[in-house]
Amino acid sequence: MGVTDRQTGFPQRWWRALERHPPPIPGLRGDRWRSPLRGPWLTAVYGAVLLVGLPLVIITGLLDYAAYGPQFDQALPREVGWLRLPPFDWPTRPSWLFRVTQGLHVTLGIVLIPVVLAKLWSVIPKLFIWPPARSLAQVLERLSLLLLVGGILFEIATGLLNIQYAYLFGFDFYTAHYFGAWVFIAAFVAHVMLKLPRLVSALRSRPALRDPRRSGQREPRRPELRTPLTATRPEPPDPDDLVATAPGAPTMSRRGAIALVGGLSLLLGALTIGQSLDGRWRRTALLLPRGREPGTGPNGFPINRTAAAAGIRPDEIGQRWRLTVRGGGRLVTLDRPRLLAMGQHTARLPIACVEGWSTRQTWSGVRLRDLAALVGVDDPASAQVRSLEKAGLFNQAILQANQVLDADSLLALRVNGADLSADHGFPARVIVAALPGVHCTKWVADITFRTGADG
Amino acid sequence: MAEPLPRFRAAYGSSPQHLVAMIACFTLTGWVALRIAEEATAGRMLLWFVGAAVAHDLILFPIYASADRVLRGALRRSGHAATDGQSPAAHHPLPRRAGHTPSRPSPLNHIRVPALATGLLFLVYLPGILRQGRETYLAATGQDQHPYLARWLAITATLFLVSGVWYLVRQIRWRRVDGSAR
Repeated sequence: MGVTDRQTGFPQRWWRALERHPPPIPGLRGDRWRSPLRGPWLTAVYGAVLLVGLPLVIITGLLDYAAYGPQFDQALPREVGWLRLPPFDWPTRPSWLFRVTQGLHVTLGIVLIPVVLAKLWSVIPKLFIWPPARSLAQVLERLSLLLLVGGILFEIATGLLNIQYAYLFGFDFYTAHYFGAWVFIAAFVAHVMLKLPRLVSALRSRPALRDPRRSGQREPRRPELRTPLTATRPEPPDPDDLVATAPGAPTMSRRGAIALVGGLSLLLGALTIGQSLDGRWRRTALLLPRGREPGTGPNGFPINRTAAAAGIRPDEIGQRWRLTVRGGGRLVTLDRPRLLAMGQHTARLPIACVEGWSTRQTWSGVRLRDLAALVGVDDPASAQVRSLEKAGLFNQAILQANQVLDADSLLALRVNGADLSADHGFPARVIVAALPGVHCTKWVADITFRTGADG
Repeated sequence: MAEPLPRFRAAYGSSPQHLVAMIACFTLTGWVALRIAEEATAGRMLLWFVGAAVAHDLILFPIYASADRVLRGALRRSGHAATDGQSPAAHHPLPRRAGHTPSRPSPLNHIRVPALATGLLFLVYLPGILRQGRETYLAATGQDQHPYLARWLAITATLFLVSGVWYLVRQIRWRRVDGSAR
């Protein structure tokens, strides 16, 4: 199914004329590439890693979109047509579900960066080849490669800037990252369809760990992962022109190149995974915002939005604060002492953010279903929670029925045995298992429990 | 028209399945492009999308490839083999012993690997290191980006130090083996 590079399509005269007139750019001469490591086998090794890794990043990314509750129009971007997973209610169990999907999305995405760069390095001579195309098929394939390469680099760049809170790009992150992903997915699927047979044959062309051929039949081949530098030779010339026509002496074995890329991936992983871990391991994310605890004590875990940034004034969350609970045509107003006098429940739950960091803390407060019962709603279809925060993308959230009714779903008043700090949502915040952190609304002002009849 | 498939292949340059895959890819992309076109920042998004590919292919790759070439050239001029591999064999076409004599270790990869690692860390964690997005960072975390530059420099120093010590160890071991071989 792949393109045979030598094949010239219609109209042949034009394609041949293009071939005869290369622009006077030295890089277009194929003999300038020197690395003896480039070749189908090495490209296929990097390709195989991405073939396994990138679908995981894609699926966890789409799951994160589903976790935001697209059925309530609160997943961003809002209008995505059919470009999403089929609708389903995001579960509350296991409680670490979002922690894992989001952590995997961000950490694996970062770990794969060296593999992506190595894959691009291995095929870059193709970019400077002349003629760039010999047929309409090749023109289309080259355009799809622009979508593939632009897509993956765009996703990496916007993702990295987002988790480090540097919105240098000046457009909406969610819109760009989500739709950019779909452009990448389209190009990735097409690329896999066209190149999978080539990947398989290239991987089979050289033994990796042991030669599967029976000895005695032919001269045994040295497995690539057991080949030291001194025995490293270029691959035989290939139809894809990846192998250098005038290779230099190797400075690294193929297994060395693979180990280098793997080592760089491990380094990035080691400097990233800490943001998903608690305790002393958090500090290992040395270069990421969430490797640092903002303080010590019960409230000394990471914050996603400070009270100051949310425009929360001290008097709003002082003695004056009241919680309004609505539902079934009834309305109840509660102050913090009354909430504390209600039945308290304690749950040890993780809170995870879309930026890939997460932390598990011990929360205590009033069960959401007890608040619903207070206004006589035993079977809520959903609940809308509003914050004191006036502006801000996440100053309100809608919870599904299962999220309201879960025994560990809380309007938390305390954390780790102390009152919530202002930055963590004092006087009261929502905490629901496996719910994205931004939907665990802080500085809650009112909750409306809706029944099926309310829609 | 007896054989439409070979005729199609000759004209198009590949199989019909290839064309189907391409049409599917561009249809989806076209739908996304139409949806994005409604955004006020669509132009910027396109710029970043194409810019990401251009920045890699025409800036990042030429920079690291040239840096590597310069490094290899400098090592060659200073009398080091750029490789642990084949060039010593070229210098000594006849092995001095029947057994394997290890070649003199080259410092090339001992510079290349930590340089690559630190460059990669710089690219990935650039916002913190260069203190980009200070205000959004503060609003989100309640902290500043003060420590990252020093941390990155410390990691860089550690990487080069470990690599350098390793090179010295290899050098000493090679001298010993080489001495006993004589």
